[in-house]
Amino acid sequence: MAFIEFKNVRIAGISAGVPINVVSNYTLKSGEDISSDYTPEAFVETTGVKERRCSETLTTSDLCYAAAEKLIAELGWDKSEIEALVFVSQTADYFLPATACILQDRLGLPKECYAEDVALGCSGWVYGLSNVASLVSSGAIKKALLLAGDAKKRVKMVRDPLFGDAGTATALEYAEGSKGFQFHFGTDGSGFEAIITPDGGSRNQVSLQSFELHDHDGKMKHRLQTFMNGMDVFSFGITTAPKSVKKLAEHFDFNYLDADYVIFHQANMKMNNQIVKKLKLDPERVPSCMYQFGNTSSASIPLTIVSQLKGKFENKSTKFICCGFGVGLSWGTVAIETNNIVIPSIVEVKDNEDNYGYKL
Amino acid sequence: MKTLEEFVALFAEQFDETDASEFAPETDFRELDEWSSLIGLSIIAMVDEEFGIALKGNDFRQATTISDLYEIIKSKQ
Repeated sequence: MAFIEFKNVRIAGISAGVPINVVSNYTLKSGEDISSDYTPEAFVETTGVKERRCSETLTTSDLCYAAAEKLIAELGWDKSEIEALVFVSQTADYFLPATACILQDRLGLPKECYAEDVALGCSGWVYGLSNVASLVSSGAIKKALLLAGDAKKRVKMVRDPLFGDAGTATALEYAEGSKGFQFHFGTDGSGFEAIITPDGGSRNQVSLQSFELHDHDGKMKHRLQTFMNGMDVFSFGITTAPKSVKKLAEHFDFNYLDADYVIFHQANMKMNNQIVKKLKLDPERVPSCMYQFGNTSSASIPLTIVSQLKGKFENKSTKFICCGFGVGLSWGTVAIETNNIVIPSIVEVKDNEDNYGYKL
Repeated sequence: MKTLEEFVALFAEQFDETDASEFAPETDFRELDEWSSLIGLSIIAMVDEEFGIALKGNDFRQATTISDLYEIIKSKQ
């Protein structure tokens, strides 16, 4: 039973960055953007994703950088005090080095800085939170950043209209006496093929065949794109997410119905509605942002908080349950109590003209 | 457990445009114009709610008719 608790650490603030460019899903082309089996209207009705943010130039780290700069400024933190940075993403800037190292320098954090990448998707924010919380909870590190999200892919491709780009920043600080975080985690690697980019790693190296297009459920795709078995993922989500919430509540002896807000990874509307129904949650307490931003992978929980709850909870004690689930298969749920938290408005990032990166 | 007839009616409810009269135990559901993987998700949600079973993609692949799917659900009970 993977239950973990970290005390004496709190969330000081959460921010989110998205590309300024909005893409509507009502103008999708069947057989190109979506499967030829259904219409854009049917796609929107099932997934709930009316529009999303996409950029051809901004990477996840660009969006996280913008979110982090805004958050640090509004918190009034001295950058020299930030001693850890965890970057959670499946769209890193380079195969190597780790993007967290690049962000340490770009953000102007001290060289006395712990930095690492975590390669997780939909469950990633909850995992990253546990990593950072474990570093801060002893007080050895007083201030740290969790940067999480997904955006531009490694290869040019027709973008899947379920997914949008976003990068988020979550600031954690040591706070003696704070209740901290209570976690439940789970993994089922037998489902690793349910969501997979088959080529480009060392198992299936990039080759000319990687770029050949094949019909995949009525949509042409190459092997550097992500393949999803929608039915298996749906089945996994509606089973695992409610169980994880219930297990966490049972283990730490609280009633999950007492939470002020329950934030789920924004998978798709049909799946999330089913999870809410199974847990008998009041939909008013389960905010959602997939309508506007799509499924934003590890950014979806913090993006939901920033986009839907700003101005509603910052300065009063608020109980959250947050649950991420998906690619891996991997899942995690956390109970958090926030107070005096800083939530800057969403940062809309313009396309990069001067690409921050390596020049050949 | 719900009967096959009840299952056929619940199955039909997941479709918006196809008339309920077009659904029978021996209906090959993939042959219905309105069938798509998106409707499949509605079926999974319905089966989860009504039968407490989470169907997977492979369960659908093994079924041709609505009755086949009902038998799969029954075997998982």
